[in-house]
Amino acid sequence: MNKIYESVSETVADIPDNAVVAIGGFFTCGNPGTLIDALAVHGAKKLTLITQSMGVGNWEINHLLENKQVSKAICNYPFYRSASKISLFEKMLRNGDVECEVSPMGTFIERLRAAGAGIPAFYTPTGVGTVVAKGKETRVFNGSEYLLEEALKPDFALIHAYKADPMGNIIFRKTAQNYNPEMAKAATVAIAEVEEIVETGDLDPDCIHLPGIYVQRIVRVPRKDVVISIDD
Amino acid sequence: MTTEVKRFEGIPRELMALRIANEIPDGSYANLGIGIPTLVSNWVEGRDIVFESEIGMLNTGPLAEPEEEDADLINAGCQPITELPGACYFSDCESFAMIRGGYMDVAVLGAFQVSEKGDFAGWNIPGSGRGDIGGIGGSMDLGVGAKKLIIVMEHVTNNGEMRILKECTYPLTAKSCVDLIVTDLAVIKVEEDGLHLIEVAPGLTAVDIQSVTEPVLSVSPDLTEIEL
Repeated sequence: MNKIYESVSETVADIPDNAVVAIGGFFTCGNPGTLIDALAVHGAKKLTLITQSMGVGNWEINHLLENKQVSKAICNYPFYRSASKISLFEKMLRNGDVECEVSPMGTFIERLRAAGAGIPAFYTPTGVGTVVAKGKETRVFNGSEYLLEEALKPDFALIHAYKADPMGNIIFRKTAQNYNPEMAKAATVAIAEVEEIVETGDLDPDCIHLPGIYVQRIVRVPRKDVVISIDD
Repeated sequence: MTTEVKRFEGIPRELMALRIANEIPDGSYANLGIGIPTLVSNWVEGRDIVFESEIGMLNTGPLAEPEEEDADLINAGCQPITELPGACYFSDCESFAMIRGGYMDVAVLGAFQVSEKGDFAGWNIPGSGRGDIGGIGGSMDLGVGAKKLIIVMEHVTNNGEMRILKECTYPLTAKSCVDLIVTDLAVIKVEEDGLHLIEVAPGLTAVDIQSVTEPVLSVSPDLTEIEL
C-alpha cells in the first residue's frame, strides 16, 4: 500500500466544482498552506470550506477568496478579533459574495468526528439558548436541555502533518495537530501534506496519531516559515 | 441602552487577574480564554495548577521568549507558548470532549455582559455590522462545560454603559452558568437567588457598586475590599 504522491498539484487535481472541502489548522498552526495554494491554482469553484479561520492566520485562504472560488464557509472564528479591522472574507460576506455559518468549536469538530465514526447526529449542551440553537431540535435528558446537531461530511480534507509512512499512518507535532485528524477521518478523500515521509515500519505502532486507514493521499512538502501572529 | 453612569477608579487588569489566580485551588485543571484571562497565568508560579489550551494541550507554560518560539506551539490566541514537564498534546476534538465532559475545574473567560441569572454574552456586539456572525471560538463549550465559570471584565463600558444587567442585550454565549464575576470595581458571586456583592475595589462602597449595576445586589455581611 503506497499513498505517496510525487506532486502537490496531482493530489488536488480531481477536486470538482461544488466540492465540500475541510481544511485543517488553527490560525497559523498546522495549516496545510501548500495544499491550499495548490487548490487555488487548480481553480475549482463554488467550494464550501469547513475550516476554523477564513484567512486570518491561514493567509493562503485569501487566494481562494480572491479567485472567487468559495461560495460558503462553515467556520469558527471568521474575522479579525477587533471589529475595526476588516478581513477580505468579512468584506465579501458584507457584500453578499459568500455565505457563512459559524459553529462553536466543540460542535464543529464533533460534527466532523461523528461523520467519520458513522454517527449521523448527536446531542450537545453547547449553544442552548443562543442563536446557534435556531431551527434545531432540542431534547431534555436528565433535566437539562440539549441541541441536536448533525454529522458534517466533507468530500475532501486538506490536512498538515509532521511525519507519515507510505501506508498513511501519521503523527502530528504539538499543537499543529488541532483539527487535522478528525477532518481526515470525516472526509471521503483525505489529503495530507507532510514534512517528512519515513519508511513503512519506522513509526512506532504504539504512537500513531492518525491511523493510515483514514488517509488516502500523502505528499511531502517543505516546512513553511510562518510568522506566529494573527495581526497581518 | 442604559444611560451613562458615574466612572469609578478600580483595580488594573493585572490585579483582576491576580484576584482570579487566588480563586483557583491547587490541584485544578483550568482553561483561560483570550484577553484579560491570559494574564492569570502570570500569577501562578509555584502553584499546582494545570492549564488546558483548547487547541489541544495540557500543562501549557508561559508565553515563549523570542528565541523559544515554535510555530507548532501556540495558544488559542495564536501566541507562541512553552510547555511544562508532564505536558501532553491531543486533538481539538479530544480537547472539547474533556471541556464538554466537565473536566475543567475552572474556566476564566472575558465577556461583554453578564445577567443576574448567570447568562453571559461575549462573542458578538450588535450594531458592529457583522449581523449574526462572529468568533464564537471555544467560549460556548467552555461556558456549559466548566465546573466553575469566572467572568472577568471591566464593570462598565468605555461609553459608560452597565455590563451587569437583569438580562443580556447582546447575543448570548451560554445560559445560567456564570459562578463568579470579577471586575475592576467588584467581585460578585452568582447564586440561585441572584447576585451577591462580596468584595469592592479600595475606596468604593456597596452603594457605589449598586449605582453601576442594573440588578439589585445582595450585599454580603462580610463585605471587604478585593483580597489580593
